[in-house]
This record gives sequence, structure tokens and C-alpha cells, in this order.
Amino acid sequence: MESTALSKRNFEAKQFISKYAMYLILIALIAIFGLVEPAFFTGRNFVNILTAESSRGLLALGVAFCIISRGIDLSLGSVMAVSSVFSASLVQKLSYSTLIIPGLVNLPEIPAWVAVVVGVLVGTSFGLINGVLIAYTKIHPFIATLGSMTVARGLALLFTNAYPVPMLREDFTRIGQGSLFGFLPNIVCVFLLMTIVATILLNHTRFGKNLFAVGGNVEAARAAGINVERTLILTYVWSSFCASLAGVMVTARSASGIASLGDGYELDGIAAATVGGVSQTGGVGSIIGCIGGILVLGVINNGLLITGVSPYLQKIIKGAIIVIAVVFDMRKVARKK
Amino acid sequence: MSDYVLEMIDVSKSFPGVQALKNVSFRLRPGSVHALMGENGAGKSTLMKCLIGLYQMNSGKIFINGQEVHINNPLEASRHGISMIHQELSPVKDRSVAENLFLGRTPVRAGLFVDHKKLYQMARETLKGLGIDINPYERMGNLTVAKMQMVEIAKAVSQDASIIVMDEPTSSLTSVEVKQLFGMIRSLREKGVSIIYISHKMEEIFKICDEITVFRDGQMVGTDLVENTDVTKLIQLMVGRDLNAMFPKVACPITDVVMEVENLASGDRFSGVSFELRRGEILGFAGLVGAGRTEVLETLFGLRTKTAGTVKINGKIADIKRPSDAQRYGLAMLTEDRRATGIIPVSSVASNIVVANLKKYVRKYGLINHKKIANDAGEYIKKIEIKTPTKDTLIQDLSGGNQQKVLVARWLLTKPEILFVDEPTRGIDVGAKAEIHSLITRMAGEGKAIIMVSSEMPEILGMCDRILVMHEGRQTGIIDRTIATQELIMEYATTTVEHQAI
Repeated sequence: MESTALSKRNFEAKQFISKYAMYLILIALIAIFGLVEPAFFTGRNFVNILTAESSRGLLALGVAFCIISRGIDLSLGSVMAVSSVFSASLVQKLSYSTLIIPGLVNLPEIPAWVAVVVGVLVGTSFGLINGVLIAYTKIHPFIATLGSMTVARGLALLFTNAYPVPMLREDFTRIGQGSLFGFLPNIVCVFLLMTIVATILLNHTRFGKNLFAVGGNVEAARAAGINVERTLILTYVWSSFCASLAGVMVTARSASGIASLGDGYELDGIAAATVGGVSQTGGVGSIIGCIGGILVLGVINNGLLITGVSPYLQKIIKGAIIVIAVVFDMRKVARKK
Repeated sequence: MSDYVLEMIDVSKSFPGVQALKNVSFRLRPGSVHALMGENGAGKSTLMKCLIGLYQMNSGKIFINGQEVHINNPLEASRHGISMIHQELSPVKDRSVAENLFLGRTPVRAGLFVDHKKLYQMARETLKGLGIDINPYERMGNLTVAKMQMVEIAKAVSQDASIIVMDEPTSSLTSVEVKQLFGMIRSLREKGVSIIYISHKMEEIFKICDEITVFRDGQMVGTDLVENTDVTKLIQLMVGRDLNAMFPKVACPITDVVMEVENLASGDRFSGVSFELRRGEILGFAGLVGAGRTEVLETLFGLRTKTAGTVKINGKIADIKRPSDAQRYGLAMLTEDRRATGIIPVSSVASNIVVANLKKYVRKYGLINHKKIANDAGEYIKKIEIKTPTKDTLIQDLSGGNQQKVLVARWLLTKPEILFVDEPTRGIDVGAKAEIHSLITRMAGEGKAIIMVSSEMPEILGMCDRILVMHEGRQTGIIDRTIATQELIMEYATTTVEHQAI
């Protein structure tokens, strides 16, 4: 009798650990870094972490939807670059000698918000193409977005001839450089706002419910009358929308459009979502988990930097933690045969 | 030397919630063909899976040639000379016949490189030895199901199998192919190989088998030589209970026509299907596996493209291109393969219940009304007695029967006028089966029109008002409940001739 009670408690402890593995890892990491380097454990540093991770965080919010649908989006880093160079090209100071679009000189000044909208629209159009390709030609999302990743990067490079797009007007850069209450940078605000939007979309709309069904069992979803194609298209539009916002915000913040922006960020976004419990087998995931995943990676990035660990060693540690986190997570949601 | 090549003594096996086998014993003589019969879920397959090591028995013993053996996996089974030809073959379609034949046993040179010459020579000899005319270089996927099956049998023989289990081997064969298969079985028998033959088809059993063992509800209920028994005795043994008790068919008023289907066709899968469906009626679709019954339902429901014919619902022509159209016309469909096209395994019971009906739960600003979902899910869990710890439990953690009830709830929630149920009780235990049957009957009583596809004769005979029978993509007739018998249905299901409606 006693031994069964004990083993039951053991079992419950195990369940607790695997359920909250990521948060336990997060707390452990914060404790370790805080002990080693007191400067880590300040409010200012926490804002730094959020600021540094906001753009990748936006990508994670986007790609989480794709992964829940049992797909992936590799194009997000390149989409950032496209929205970066297109928005920047519209708000260069007209006094600058080598404008990306020379004809701008003859036009009235384009408002900053138009640049933002154009940047987001151009970026998001890649999501529309991805979504249509995936929904109707049934090619694997990995391949579809691998293609658009390359095309989008090429477009950004072609458009700028690989030169940066500098000398941006202040009314545009203010969007990225401003902050709320004087301490919370706008890009963090955008990220936080988008986490709320993502939560509502995923948990409180028909689209979100359909997304879980499509990712969980696409044939069952179809038989249940769900418009699978529309759901998939919306998913990829959403992910590229997130990436475009990130691209525009980073551009405004750094006051320069860059064709190489976001190179490899899509993988960081995927890593964050995956660490956050969004399962590659589809149909499983939450935004709160996603945020946890972003924080884990952010704390590792920042903590290793602040404690002076070699950047090469940082990569090794980061990679190991991603895999360990997912191994724990797999136990939680393992599909039963 | 023992009299039996195989003895399984007092085998028991239970799954969570189900006792699948209760102290079952089974004996197989050398060089005989031994039929295993019983309804679906009676325990035949479970016993065979215990034999080849796919399942572990809870208790019991297995003797081969009088020696006790322990079989933990199919590899050990094949070392003991036991092979199984599964109903659903799963060959490596993109590799050659020879490679499939020696999968996992490929001859190698220097312990590393595949000896292709030897591989194909061995394959040629094996096939020739059994009189099978198949080119070993042929891509496996290009073969017919019958030929794939022969390759499987050749594989078993090449592994020196002395016991071959065949699970419904003729379910997707033509009559010519069945004859070839029987020829092969006879020559194997002459070579001293024993065959365990699982089938539902009476005429096959009497043609090819030497002995019969019958299962019912996880127990062995009888075993005898074929010459000592007949069809009537067998059916009595298999069913063993009053059909009326098992299938609570309640007479209910059958009223006006809700659906008229005329000359329906979908590509080369089926054509010329015509029927009327009335409120309160349960129309059965009978036929052999692959006859096209599921395809008819899929076409009506918008999961498959209609290439000819008209469908009228409530007197008006219905244009159904996708399942959401079908739902608008008041159709609902419980699909055949619960896992593949029914449940969303990693979602909760509640989500699975409402997934076909989310429109109903959208309130202001496009937001979902979670409270209403919780209420409705709770209501249906109670109403049709779904056994689940909570409504938030993942559906994959439920038993098959309860998963099926969740799917029934999903479609009841859409308030359908016409309900399609495709093999509604496949793979679920006897108790849950009866509950599903009474649910279906109750729905008919409420004035819904129901089409039920089933491969279980007793289910068809017990539940349906009329039975539409199909054979190889053609409708061969519609039989009224009053004159329907298993024999008559079988006759329709195995002939290409179209019978007049009776």
C-alpha cells in the first residue's frame, strides 16, 4: 500500500516536472546568471532582454501558428528584410544623394505611416503566396517556404543592390526609437501587443480552433467541414505579417533598411516556439509557452553575454538547451499509437 | 512428437476496459487449414497478434511441436516458423519484388555490400518453387493486391514458415485470384505447412478448410472438423445470442422522402447508384470490402468529386462540393476510419465535439463563446454517456468506443436531418457497440434519415429497414428488411448482375 502511494507521488512529481519543464529551466537559468553576475538581475537588464528578443519574438509568434498547422515557415527572416528595405526606401531624406528610388525627389513627401503600411504589405504578400502554394499545390511547407525565403532575400538584395538604405527621416525613425513611459521601447510594446493579438486569434476565434483541428488531423478537419485551404492561407499570412512588423520596427529603430536583415532569425523563431512547447507533430501549442520559449533563449543569450562566456561556447550551450527542452516536451505531448 | 504443430493454452489478454480474450485454447494440426471465425471484435485477431508477438498475453502458454515457447516479437515468431499475412499489406512499394521478398535478410558480400545477383537468383527460385509468375525486378507498387499477397506468402515460405496465418486474405481479391490463392494454399498444405485462415466468408471456409474454431466475445465457443458442421450451426455459434437483444431495432414511422439519388457516379470507383431515403429510415449499404460503399457516402458528403448523377434533398437539387456544403443541407457523416478521418487526437473531448459546428459559438467581434462550448460539451457527454474524466481530457486517452461516441456527439450537435454512419462499430467493444446501435435507432425514431455502411452482417440485418447491396462499384439491388437474409445479401454482393428491387 505504502509503496503504491509513494510511486504515485513519484509519478505526480514527474508529471509536474515535465509539465513545467520550461519554466523550471527558465527559473534555474535566471537564478544561476543572477548569482554569477548581479548586473544580470536588474530591471534595466530585463528590458534589454525584451528589446533584444522582440524581433525574434515576433517571428516566433508567427511561426508558432505554422507549426501548429503542422507546417513551418522558413521565409520569415527574408520577409523581415523585404519589408525593411521597401519601407526604408520610401522615407529616405530627399537631400541624400543616392536614393533607392530617385523619383521620390519629384513627389510630395510620403508620410511615415504609408512607409510602414507598404513595408508590411510587401512582406505579407509573401505569406499569401506561401499559403496559396501550400494549400492548393500540397507541396510541403518546408519546400514552399525554402523557395520564398530565397526569393524574398533575392528581391531585397536586387532592390537595394545590396547597399544599405540609410538617412531615414526622423518621423519614421521615431516609430522605432521611441518608448512607452520613457523605458519600454516601442518594439517591445509592439511585441507585447502582438502576443495579445496572437492569444486572441489562437484561443478565441474560429480561425484558431480550426487551426488546431487542421494541425491535429487534417483529414478529420476536412470531413468536419472546415475550410482547410483558407485556414492554411491565413496561417502563412499571419506569420509573414508578424515578420513584416518586426522588419519595419527594426528598420525604424536602427534608422536603416538592410537587405541582409534577419538572416537566420527564422531558425531562432522556430527554436523559441519549439522550446515553448509548440509541437512539430501539429495541433499543439500555446502563446504563453511561446513567450516562455523566447524568454529562455533571451535569458541564455543575455546571461552568457553578461557573464562573459565565449560567444562560440554560447552557441553550443544554446543548441544543447533547445534539444533538452524539446526532449522534455516530447514526453508531455507524445502521440499515442 | 506432439499431435499438434501449435497449441495455445488458456490464453488471456485484456486492454484497458476490455477483456479481449478469456482463457482461450486453440490447437492446430500439422498440414491442415484451420479456419478462425467470429464477429469482428470476437478475439480472432487478438489471439493471432499474441501468437506472432505483436501483443503480449496476460496469461497462457504457447507450445510449438510440444515445446513451450515464448514469443515477444514478430522476429521471434518467424524464428519459430510462424508468419502472418496481414489483411492490409504494407510492402515497400518503391523497391523491387526481390528486395521486398528478402527485406531485412538481404544477402551481402563481405558483410557489407548487397549481393544483387544472389538476391535476384534467390527470389527467382523462391517464386518459381511456388509456381508464382512474377518478375523479381518488378517494382512492388506496380503489382496487383493479389500478387503482392503472393509475394508475402512466398516471403513466409522462404523463411521456412511451418505455420502461416492469413487474415481475411480474399477481402480484396477477384474470384479468379481467389482460385489461384486456393491453389497455392492446397500446395502448401501438401508440403506440410499449416495454415490458420481467418475469414467471414462461409463458402470459402467450406471449400478450403479442414477444421473450424469459432470465437465469440473473447472466448472460444466451439471447434470441429468442417465435415461435422454446417452454415446454420456456425452462425448460431458465432452469434450465440438473440439478434433482437443485440440490435434494439424499434419500429418507427417512416415518412416522407428527404433524399433522392439518381445514377450517381464518381470516376471509376462506382457508378449507377440510385436510391431514395425517407425520414425515420435506416438504409444499410452492404457489400464486400472495396465495393464502393464508402465512396458513395464520401461523394454525397462532398469529400469526393461527383462525376455523374443528381442528388435531391427535400425535393431540390443539392449542389455539394465540400463537406461544409453538405452540412448546410443538413447532412452529417461519421467516417469509417476513426483515427484517420475522425478524431483530432491531441485535442480535448470538448474541442472534438464542437469542431464541426464552431460557427454556432462565434459571438460579437468574431470571438468564441467558451462557456457555451463547455455547456454543450458537458450536455452531450452526459446525454450519450461518454466515459471521460473531464471534457478537457485529450480524446486519444479515451477507449475506442468512447472516442466513437464523441464523434457521434460532434455530428448530433450539427442537428442533421440525414446522417451517414460508416462502419460505426468497427473495433469497439461489445458494450459500447450496443450503445452506438441504440443511439442510431433513437435518431431514426426522432425522424432523422440514416444511411449505415457496415461489413457486419448481423448489424446490417438487425438495424436496417432496407439494404442496398453493392458489388465492385455497382449497385446490385435493394433488399427489404422483411426478406433480407445473410445468404441473399451475399448473393447480391458477389454477383455483377443487377437484381430488380424487391
